[in-house]
Amino acid sequence: MPSPDLALPSDLQSQPLTLDAISHSYGESLAVDQVTLEVRAGELIALLGPSGCGKSTLLRIVAGFINQTSGRVVIADRVVDTLPPNRREVGIVFQSYALFPHMTVAENIAYGLEARGESKATCRERVKEMLATVRMEGFADRKPRQLSGGQQQRVALARALAVRPRILLLDEPFAALDKNLRLDMQIEIKRLQRQFGLTAILVTHDQDEAMSIADRIAVMSKGRIEQLGSPVEIYDQPETLFVNDFIGSSNRFAGVVESAGEGTYGVRLASGALWQVASRKPFAPGDRVVATIRPEQLVLTDQATAGTIPVTLKLSLPIGGELIHDVETGAGEAFKVAASRRPGEPVSPMAATHCALAPHARPVLFPQPAA
Amino acid sequence: MSGAATGETAGVEWRLAAPLGLTYLAFFAAPLLILLVMSFSVDDNLGGFSLAAWAKFWGDPFYRGVVWDTLRLGLVTVAMTTLFAYPIALLFIASGPGLQRLLLFIVLLPLLTSVVIRTFAWIAILSREGVLNQALLALGLTTAPLNLLQTELGLVIALMQIEMPLMLLPLITVMRQVDPSLSDASRALGGSKWRTFRKVILPLSLPGWIAGATLVFASATTAFISQTVIGGARLVYLPTLIWQQAMVVYNWPFAAVASVTLLVAVLAGVSLFAMLGRFARTTA
Ligand SMILES: Nc1ncnc2c1ncn2[C@@H]1O[C@H](COP(=O)(O)OP(=O)(O)OP(=O)(O)O)[C@@H](O)[C@H]1O
Ligand SMILES: [Mg+2]
Repeated sequence: MPSPDLALPSDLQSQPLTLDAISHSYGESLAVDQVTLEVRAGELIALLGPSGCGKSTLLRIVAGFINQTSGRVVIADRVVDTLPPNRREVGIVFQSYALFPHMTVAENIAYGLEARGESKATCRERVKEMLATVRMEGFADRKPRQLSGGQQQRVALARALAVRPRILLLDEPFAALDKNLRLDMQIEIKRLQRQFGLTAILVTHDQDEAMSIADRIAVMSKGRIEQLGSPVEIYDQPETLFVNDFIGSSNRFAGVVESAGEGTYGVRLASGALWQVASRKPFAPGDRVVATIRPEQLVLTDQATAGTIPVTLKLSLPIGGELIHDVETGAGEAFKVAASRRPGEPVSPMAATHCALAPHARPVLFPQPAA
Repeated sequence: MSGAATGETAGVEWRLAAPLGLTYLAFFAAPLLILLVMSFSVDDNLGGFSLAAWAKFWGDPFYRGVVWDTLRLGLVTVAMTTLFAYPIALLFIASGPGLQRLLLFIVLLPLLTSVVIRTFAWIAILSREGVLNQALLALGLTTAPLNLLQTELGLVIALMQIEMPLMLLPLITVMRQVDPSLSDASRALGGSKWRTFRKVILPLSLPGWIAGATLVFASATTAFISQTVIGGARLVYLPTLIWQQAMVVYNWPFAAVASVTLLVAVLAGVSLFAMLGRFARTTA
């Protein structure tokens, strides 16, 4: 039980974090390019992107470890660019956990409190409280090397949260954990983030992780934010081909716009099929486009209509509760169709000659890339 | 076949160490034993048994003073190298690969020149008409030239430069292995730079410091050439004393006593550093 004189997590006011046109270059190479991002108070944003796209650099700028080449970092109306890391009140959890190896768990958690000059009694109290929060009572006197990866992760979290930071930054905190533990820790972090009302940025290159844990996802590529949106928006309405390809799996079909009207376009695919596709982006008849569709929004059938693509079935693989069909058009375009698998259903033989859009399908249109 | 297999897993092949072991026995352990016997002998023929040399050495305040001076020289040199090595090591860790190479070259430079040349260079720098005094006079920091040659200060300055690589190399090696995100974590938790150094970097660099301090101590207390050339006749340390007694006075039993004393003194210093390190590690 935390004593009443300690600031209770619920008393804490969540604070927004704004990145305003941040750029950073290491020497000649541009690592972060004009990133503007508003993280709302109490929101968890996942920075998702391939290796080297500048996620860690961005995080290190927020924490104050490196000074950005241009742009501003604003925490709750206050520009913090001139503050050193120890005055920013930003908590950070590293992929390597970065627990102090020569200190016990309790000393690790107390470190930030002591640095702030808290009294011995407050430190002891808070350490106890934090150990309980991450369910690590009984480990206070262990050294980090005597803990498992997941336990070290919890201690790292407790240490970061013990000083009641306003912002929590997590740089691939789950990368070193195995799959089951990873799920546990994701839930744990989400719980703590809610409980402490933290404004948080989580860096990851695991899209499932971003989808499950984040309120919004910022997909980054080459130092820029390609798209910012809720997980569902990012998945269903990717704004660029990069986002479309990076999130989940999807099939691409080249085509030409035949008719345009009221935000819906008739697209003639290379295989001859005609799809009616809704799009917020403007296209004109004759435009060369790429239509993308998620595998689970396609179905196999043996009835030909205007919207179906003639295919031959190459392979069917049961993956968990799904059945993934590998199919090929007459022109040799290969793509995937996913269907939920009924238990006991035979895997392979299926007399399918055509592929059609499922009733709820929402293909997405992109202009044909230049190259 | 199974014998060979168990032999492999049961332990190291000790016979591989035999050549080195025998060499040590013949050229290290045996001379030491002779030295010990010599210190209890009447003359340099190892004849008779006598405590005379030991009594003379430890009975005379002058010789006890030499022992103390030697130990102090070692400790002061360790302290001074430590003081200068940490900032350099921190700079090294923080700098990019280009600057690191340059720093490493500067640090290693003393090892690449002969000890005699280095020492005479220091005479040119430290003497009354030397570079250092010229500079101090020109800057008006002193009105009369400082006497640095044949003083402990001058000797420590010279030793410090010469021994610096011995302190820096182990220190840098260990500090390089410390995860840089530990400093970041400390800073993000509200730790100042100084606190980060004191609470995180310093304790974690201790193994390197112990190795460095041991080497510097052992090497400074036995640096015969620097001690004699810069210290001159005014400063007498154990190595000089041993040389005088053995090569000038030809009192071999007495020289043996001084040698054994030096050996024990160096070992005592070395174990002191090991203990200090362990103590600091458990309380830090
Ligand atoms: N200290 C540095 N000096 C020079 N270039 C750097 C430095 N740190 C990162 N970079 C470069 O900046 C770019 C972005 O790096 P960053 O570490 O931010 O990527 P990341 O998105 O975190 O990648 P990952 O997912 O692999 O961690 C990369 O091209 C990288 O090579
Ligand atoms: Mg990274």
